[in-house]
Amino acid sequence: MNASIPALLAAVIGRDLRLAVRHGADTLGAVLFFILAGALFPLALGPSPELLRRMAPGIVWVCALLAALLPLDRLFGSELEDGSLDQLMLSGLPPALVALAKMVAHWLTTGLPLLVAAAPLAIMLGLPLPVLPILLGGLALGTAVLSLIGGMAASIVLGARRGGVLLPLLVLPLATPALIFGAAALDAAQTGLSWAPDLELLGAFLAAALPLCPLAAGAGLRAAVE
Amino acid sequence: MGRNETVLNATPSLAARTGNFFHRYANPGRFLRLGARLQPWLTWPAIVLSIAGIVWGLFLSPADWQQGDSVRIMYVHVPAAWLASSGYMGLAVCSLLSLVWRHPLADLAAVEIGPVGASVTAICLATGSLWGKPMWGTWWVWDARLTSVLVLFFLYLGHIALIRAFDEPQRGYRAAAILGLAGAVDLPIIKFSVQWWNTLHQPDSITLTAAPTMSTNMLWPLLVCTVGFTFGFAAILVARLRAAVMESRVRTALAMRRGRAEAQDSEPDLSGAVA
Repeated sequence: MNASIPALLAAVIGRDLRLAVRHGADTLGAVLFFILAGALFPLALGPSPELLRRMAPGIVWVCALLAALLPLDRLFGSELEDGSLDQLMLSGLPPALVALAKMVAHWLTTGLPLLVAAAPLAIMLGLPLPVLPILLGGLALGTAVLSLIGGMAASIVLGARRGGVLLPLLVLPLATPALIFGAAALDAAQTGLSWAPDLELLGAFLAAALPLCPLAAGAGLRAAVE
Repeated sequence: MGRNETVLNATPSLAARTGNFFHRYANPGRFLRLGARLQPWLTWPAIVLSIAGIVWGLFLSPADWQQGDSVRIMYVHVPAAWLASSGYMGLAVCSLLSLVWRHPLADLAAVEIGPVGASVTAICLATGSLWGKPMWGTWWVWDARLTSVLVLFFLYLGHIALIRAFDEPQRGYRAAAILGLAGAVDLPIIKFSVQWWNTLHQPDSITLTAAPTMSTNMLWPLLVCTVGFTFGFAAILVARLRAAVMESRVRTALAMRRGRAEAQDSEPDLSGAVA
């Protein structure tokens, strides 16, 4: 009870990381989905290299968006079921910081593996190598935004009859700016324009979401355990 | 605030006064009486002004020199667009009232604004698409204004689905209120999309700060239509709210009657067991 807030934050994040490592198959599920979904596009569109190179940024971004949705259902769901959410809320951490810790854990267990998997997928789709760092930089910001918005949506739908079905409906409209800016940066880089403004806008979006989403998610968590 | 209430608490604090103001119409009986009195004043102007504006716009106003008769779609499209974003604004205000003051009427209003707002957003998108085909040569473009209104439509749908997704209505109100506030970031994006991104949708013709860039014999029917549609939105909303309040009263009455019946059923059983 008397532990300091940073120590508590680290404990919550560490607990989620340990859970993710011990249920490795669940954690890898999102990444496997990402690669599989990306591999479906060449099969559906035909293997023409020019077409794939043109579409690679969009494919990688959309697949990352959808893959990041998969683990959200369980982000707070298992904690609510086994009662550990009540324990977390009593731990002395403000609800917003509990939510933030879970969002950080979601990014570390989903966003980061997606980043690692995005590089080979982008190369397989024929994205030019000089553009790859911009893709990864954009995705690093974008997956963080997704973890924040997704964590907020996951806390809101806690206890709903069909939370899993609702989640995409709530997350995807709010996540569209990230997709637009991220894909626009890659488009600009491929056509030789400056990609920096789009990534800066993406960073600004992240900076706005960073304080607001945990606050909203904290309100959602409080409502869920009431 | 009523005079007798002021007398009752001699020095009401500001918080208590605003609380009283907001909660004055939280009393469902008071709201029903007010709503019944308000309803004809919303419904009849809505019918008269909408018909007048539509007839004026569709038959009496001139055709555009460039767009021809297609310009008449504007008389439905612009009011629908205005109501789509102001409806969401209302939803966001209700969400704030619901989260901060736990106002029961704001909860019900949020439930009822959703479907009405989604409908006008759908009308806005559909009429815009019908206008776009002859004018732009395409039903749909991924222009910033169009995309942000489409996102607004999905936000409405998400809100509608979320607020009805919980077995316990109170949880749904709270969750949907958080979503309603988060979704409000889309409103400035819609408003300024025609200025930030120079794409296909034309910038605003009517602003508060400058003279409108359209002919007055088109502006007047448009204004009449907008006012009429707004009254219509309010009339539908008040009617739905009254129905919702009455429905919850009927539910409570039925639950109480069922509870009493069960109590009566179990009583002789109990006494028999004791005897």
